[in-house]
Amino acid sequence: MRVIVHSEKCIGSGRCTELAGSVFDQGEDDGIVVLVSPKPSDDQREAVRDAVQSCPVSAIEIVED
Amino acid sequence: MASKPDLNAPYPYARDKRCPLDLPPQIAETRNDDGMQQVTLWNGNKAWLATRWEDVRTILSSPDISSDAEKANYPAVSASRSAQAKSYKTIFTMDPPVHGQYRRTLTKDFAFKRMQELRPMIEEALNSLYDQMEQGGKPADFVEAVALPLPSLVVSMLLGVPYSDREALQEWSRNRMALDTSPEVVQDSAKKMGEYFDRLFAEKEALYSDKSKNPGDPADLVSRLAVEQILPGHITRLDAVLMCNILYIAGHETTANQIGFGLLGLLTKPEQKANMLQSDESVKNGVEEMLRYYSVVHLHSPRVCTKDMIVGGQEIKAGDGVFALLSGANRDPKHYDDPDAFDVTRNAIPHMAFGFGIHQCIGQSLARLELQILFESVFKRFPNLKLAVPEESLEYKENATVYGLKTLPVTW
Ligand code: HEM
Ligand code: SF4
Repeated sequence: MRVIVHSEKCIGSGRCTELAGSVFDQGEDDGIVVLVSPKPSDDQREAVRDAVQSCPVSAIEIVED
Repeated sequence: MASKPDLNAPYPYARDKRCPLDLPPQIAETRNDDGMQQVTLWNGNKAWLATRWEDVRTILSSPDISSDAEKANYPAVSASRSAQAKSYKTIFTMDPPVHGQYRRTLTKDFAFKRMQELRPMIEEALNSLYDQMEQGGKPADFVEAVALPLPSLVVSMLLGVPYSDREALQEWSRNRMALDTSPEVVQDSAKKMGEYFDRLFAEKEALYSDKSKNPGDPADLVSRLAVEQILPGHITRLDAVLMCNILYIAGHETTANQIGFGLLGLLTKPEQKANMLQSDESVKNGVEEMLRYYSVVHLHSPRVCTKDMIVGGQEIKAGDGVFALLSGANRDPKHYDDPDAFDVTRNAIPHMAFGFGIHQCIGQSLARLELQILFESVFKRFPNLKLAVPEESLEYKENATVYGLKTLPVTW
């Protein structure tokens, strides 16, 4: 599983950081999403799915390759 | 069998007084039927009401939807709300790209981790409110004693406004949010609130422009906006004033009403209380269900369509007004089993209580934290907390965009 974020869309809701804190963070200076772990381990799959579903602006994508 | 509810009744539809926690019967009727209903507003204007989860999400994510209150058919739920939406351009009524630029001046202040750092401060504030409630004797009104003061204290602290100014600030906020204040009172309250923050910014700008005063790093949002945004010329003082107005208004009564309702749910449903109080995790989960079930922002979100589109099989024309009904989506049986049941063990996320799309609540991590802290602690502090009046006698704030209890008398 690979994760992509479209930070230009992000509105800093913080949902991804809350739901999958080992994969996403928010920038200190702007509160915008930062991808900490682009290839999260399988045990993060569900948390990342929750984040994708909860992101209000569809700024997070999962790529299965 | 109840008769068919009147879909032509003016919007906002009235709730059934016998079940004040359920949505007006027209909402389920519409959801089961076409999903989209054309409603008539106070001024005779028409607007679409979207009641299904999918449709609400589609509308609020669409690039062809505007929040601009200056647009002809921008739907307002009353004359006062129309006056409020049009009185100043705020983050609520901005569209991209300006909305994003404006929002990004605030996002770091409400970032998830930044909010978690506030936990000790919120716990301390809450403990002293509990102390005061206890000292005041029983019964007490939980709304006045705890639910309203907590978010007001927190937002005051965050902004850097003296808590002692809360009465005026709360009154202006109330006037601006009610459905039944006159447009003149709305304008007047907006003006006074604007002047209040203008003075505060003028003081901070003076303080921080004078190096000899050695003011140190800005410790609150008003100071930070003065130093990082106004003084370097990124935004005007008026912009900053409007932002703080909105943060104060949006930050206290929403959370307060949500606290009151959540507590009501636990006090009237002992099995839910037991389920919720298992662990900090079950509290977190239960808070999400409280947000979903009570959906205090119960009449919104207002939008205007900017391109013809099809939503839920219904053609919506460019220029039509739409309410993407968050409370309706949160009770959609296609999305939640038994949606009219309050069940703190269900997985309620992602719900729509904080909206969806680019305007989704900026204060949501703060609101969640306040709710979590409150429900982690309230029954530890008052193990025998119970309603002091019959549930049937409670009164609800029907004439407001943010739904809530007028009072919540409790004893312990
Ligand atoms: C339980 C508490 C709360 C609820 C239910 C709530 C609900 C909402 C909803 C539904 C919206 C979206 C409105 C729309 O789509 O037009 C919103 C936006 C907003 N909320 Fe909250 N809110 C809460 C707490 C807070 C707090 C604590 C703050 C700040 C201190 C806050 C500040 C804002 C702001 C500034 C916006 C506008 C965001 C934008 O337009 O980009 N809210 N809120
Ligand atoms: S959930 Fe989406 S909008 Fe919110 S911080 Fe993460 S990427 Fe940004």
